Amino acid sequence: MKERGDLLQGTLDMLVLKALQLEAMHGWGITERIEQWSGHVLQLGQGTLYPALYRLERQGLIESEWKVTENSRNARYYGLTRKGRRQLAAELAQWRRTSEAINLVLAATLQ
Amino acid sequence: MTWLRDSWHRLRSLIRRDALETGLQEEIRFHIDRQAEKNLRAGMTPDEARRRAFVQFGGIERTVESTRDEFRPVLLLDSLQDLRHGLRGLRRAPGFTVVAVLTLALGIGATTAVFTVVSGVLIKPLPFPDADRLVSLKHGSADLNGGPPVGMTATLLLTYAKENRTFQRLGIWSRGSETVTSGAVLEEVTTLNVSVGALPTLGIPPAIGRWFVDEDHALGAAETVLLTHGYWQRRFGGEISAVGREIMIDARPRTIVGVMPAGFRFLDETPDLILPLRFAPETLTLGRFNFDGFARLAPGVTVEQASADVARMIPIWIDAWPSFPGIDRSVFTNSRMVPVVRPLKQELVGDVGKMLWVLMGTIGIVLVIACANVATLALVRAEGRDSELAIRTALGAGRVRLARELLLENLLLALAGGALGLGLAAAALRLLAAVGPATIPRLREITLDSTVVLFTLGVSILSALLFGSIPVAKHTGRRLAFALRANGRSGGSTRERLRARNTLVVVQVALALVLLVGSGLMIRTFLALRAVQPGFTDPHHVQLVRVTIPEALVGDPEQAFRVQWAMRNRLAEIPEVSDVSFTANVPLAPGERNRSTIIRDDAPAGDADRLEPMRWFRFVTPGYFHTIGTPLVAGRDFTWTDLVDHRPVAVISENLARELWREPGAAVGRRIREGTASPWREVIGVVGDVHDSGVQEPAPTTVYWPSLMQQFYGVPVNLRRAVTFAIRSNRAGSERLLADVREAIASVNASVPPTRVRTLGDLYDRSLAATSFTLVMLAAAAAMALFLGIVGIYGIIAYAVSQRRHEIGIRVALGAPHHQVKRMFVRHGMALGAAGVACGLAGAALLTRLMASLLFGTSPLDPITYGLVSLGLVGVAALASYVPAHAVTRLDPARALRGE
Repeated sequence: MKERGDLLQGTLDMLVLKALQLEAMHGWGITERIEQWSGHVLQLGQGTLYPALYRLERQGLIESEWKVTENSRNARYYGLTRKGRRQLAAELAQWRRTSEAINLVLAATLQ
Repeated sequence: MTWLRDSWHRLRSLIRRDALETGLQEEIRFHIDRQAEKNLRAGMTPDEARRRAFVQFGGIERTVESTRDEFRPVLLLDSLQDLRHGLRGLRRAPGFTVVAVLTLALGIGATTAVFTVVSGVLIKPLPFPDADRLVSLKHGSADLNGGPPVGMTATLLLTYAKENRTFQRLGIWSRGSETVTSGAVLEEVTTLNVSVGALPTLGIPPAIGRWFVDEDHALGAAETVLLTHGYWQRRFGGEISAVGREIMIDARPRTIVGVMPAGFRFLDETPDLILPLRFAPETLTLGRFNFDGFARLAPGVTVEQASADVARMIPIWIDAWPSFPGIDRSVFTNSRMVPVVRPLKQELVGDVGKMLWVLMGTIGIVLVIACANVATLALVRAEGRDSELAIRTALGAGRVRLARELLLENLLLALAGGALGLGLAAAALRLLAAVGPATIPRLREITLDSTVVLFTLGVSILSALLFGSIPVAKHTGRRLAFALRANGRSGGSTRERLRARNTLVVVQVALALVLLVGSGLMIRTFLALRAVQPGFTDPHHVQLVRVTIPEALVGDPEQAFRVQWAMRNRLAEIPEVSDVSFTANVPLAPGERNRSTIIRDDAPAGDADRLEPMRWFRFVTPGYFHTIGTPLVAGRDFTWTDLVDHRPVAVISENLARELWREPGAAVGRRIREGTASPWREVIGVVGDVHDSGVQEPAPTTVYWPSLMQQFYGVPVNLRRAVTFAIRSNRAGSERLLADVREAIASVNASVPPTRVRTLGDLYDRSLAATSFTLVMLAAAAAMALFLGIVGIYGIIAYAVSQRRHEIGIRVALGAPHHQVKRMFVRHGMALGAAGVACGLAGAALLTRLMASLLFGTSPLDPITYGLVSLGLVGVAALASYVPAHAVTRLDPARALRGE
């Protein structure tokens, strides 16, 4: 059943995977990065981020380990697995196709 | 495969749950700290930075809760929690819980009880090693004139043992009774006489000592005996030294060579002693099928192959042995003997199988009805919880989760019902064992074992799914949004809500109709059977005792006959005894069968090739017919002089007279004989038919010979030494009469104790036992079904009345008379009943065909039964709806309109 909630959840997963593409990060870092990259438009709700992280880990798309930060604090760092990278590539391709199609439809009605 | 990884992760997280929990907490703390730092850099005060950080994070608990969902193994722990919830919920609704559990216990218990019987009797193999390789050996023929196939002769055993290609071993056996003397005490014991190789065929070695060996079966060798475990315990106190000792059987000493293990049962027999069969050479002829036979198939051989092999050996046998004196060999060739080879278990279980499966089906229907009842209850309950469920859905509980919780609750109910039902079944089985009809074979092998418990578990779970799925389907899911409307109920309007319950009630009524029709048919069958004239009158006032005068005691047959006659006279002197006589065979007694062909003196020409049908032979004494009430149709009865003077006379049954000479009167004066070498015997009388093999079968054609005869099959003086005295008395069956009888017999000869004490009525009841048992079971099931159906209809009408109070209030306020409003509801109830009846009729027509073989004198589509039951059920529905409809009159319209 594809509710509105599901669509957003899928998109959120994709954003998280993208955020981790370059390097491993902790939850706070992911939040900050996405916020920066989106020009402060997207602000992730923490109620959805952490469940998403645990879910992605359970699905084998990311893996986590505890590391010490530069401030000598303990934080859990998440990184992409090989499967996660493949999944990210697939989702990016799908997103491009979908958004191009939507844009085409929207552009057509304006004429 | 992903589910595998998922489950693995979830399982791991169950173990690491604490680690994950603290880990999560730490992550959140870290997150908030960093947010607070960011706020601090933005210029807030430390306190405000911290506070805003918390606000910016959002609900911590909610985050934790959602994340927990992702890593906790949902199935296991959630289920435990659901279980606790479920228990609490059930405790809060005691009325519902108690009624549901009791209803389920009734349905599941009954199903379990019947299954246990079916399992013990039909499914479990016989208690022998590789029991499915054992077959019974019998012989049939084109016309046997009623009755079961015949067994084996000694010569057949010898031929088969030598010539067969398909058996590993085989053996024959017969029942017997002997007298054991120890000092002055006489004891009559039941014996099993077995041929060499019979016990090894079964494969149960003795617990102590040895089997019989070839010498034991040889004439002239020392006589031996095997004890059964029960007898060994009773008479020898379980001492091992009993083996090797001697006991006096039939006034001759025998050495005990072994003891059979406890629990050894020879088919359904429980003999005291086992004796080896010995065959005197002069008895080795064709004929006298006095034994039952069985064999163990060689590995890889099928029953069909064995049957073909036996068919091949029959002609060999006919040629190999001298014919029975007085009967020509051609009789055997012409009789077209065929083998009847069946698995031994099937032989034992026989027709009972059909009856038991019918019972199983019946009880299954009762279970479905019980589930329908509980489903209705569960529906009502679920409706009451709609608001609660709606709120939980809004808060995020998934449909699956709610459904699982409801199902779990129902599972608890079903398991509780199943446990209680198991207890009920155990009690019922104990009752059955005590009261149990003798027609159920292997009664002692019926136990509540692990198979049964597993079955109960399975049935409970199935029931839970059956009755739980309906409320779950209707009360979880999106439509719950409606529940948050003002009236707090989901499922749409009253009519929609009623639809599921209406359907359930119709199903219940339909099934109840099927069961009621079945019972009705059985009742008619039973009545039809009882209406059949059995050939004797007032059997419950005829006492039967059996007395055997062995040769060792009184050698001369004439003398023995006088002893029997003296006993008869003594018995006649007992007060309140109106009539006494004796016979060698009583009607309806199992295992007493003597059949052979006769020759008539006026056989039409050209009849030489015609196959003579087998007639039943009975050996009677003067006055016997009068004692048991068989009417004399023509001619006269035997007299004392007929027997003592050895006059060649005979009496035949009415159907035989009509078959041979068209009129009973025409038979008198004609002559018949049993073999070509025998003297002609004059038919002096014709008596009414006796249903000797049960009232369900047509009465067999019978020839009654005098108990004392000359030249019967070449035997100079033939006397039946084992006779049954028939004593007609008001006191039949009482202990005092038995004491008088024993005294009377002992006064003539103290060495012959009477045995097989029973009344003719007992035998008659036994012959009807299978039918009456089925009837009782079906009637009980139908009664349960009817009761549940009534409750169902009552419930739904009461519910409808309470739901439509508003509408009723309006009608009454507008002036509608009470009886009109009541009629509305009664019509609703009757409509339900009629719908159920209509569906049920179709079902009944289909299903009663399955029980056609159990019926007698009535067809499976008997219109009277169907009509009466249908009308009755609709009437009952009307009654069941009238009572709650009557509650309408007590309704205050004003209050109903106000919505209270």
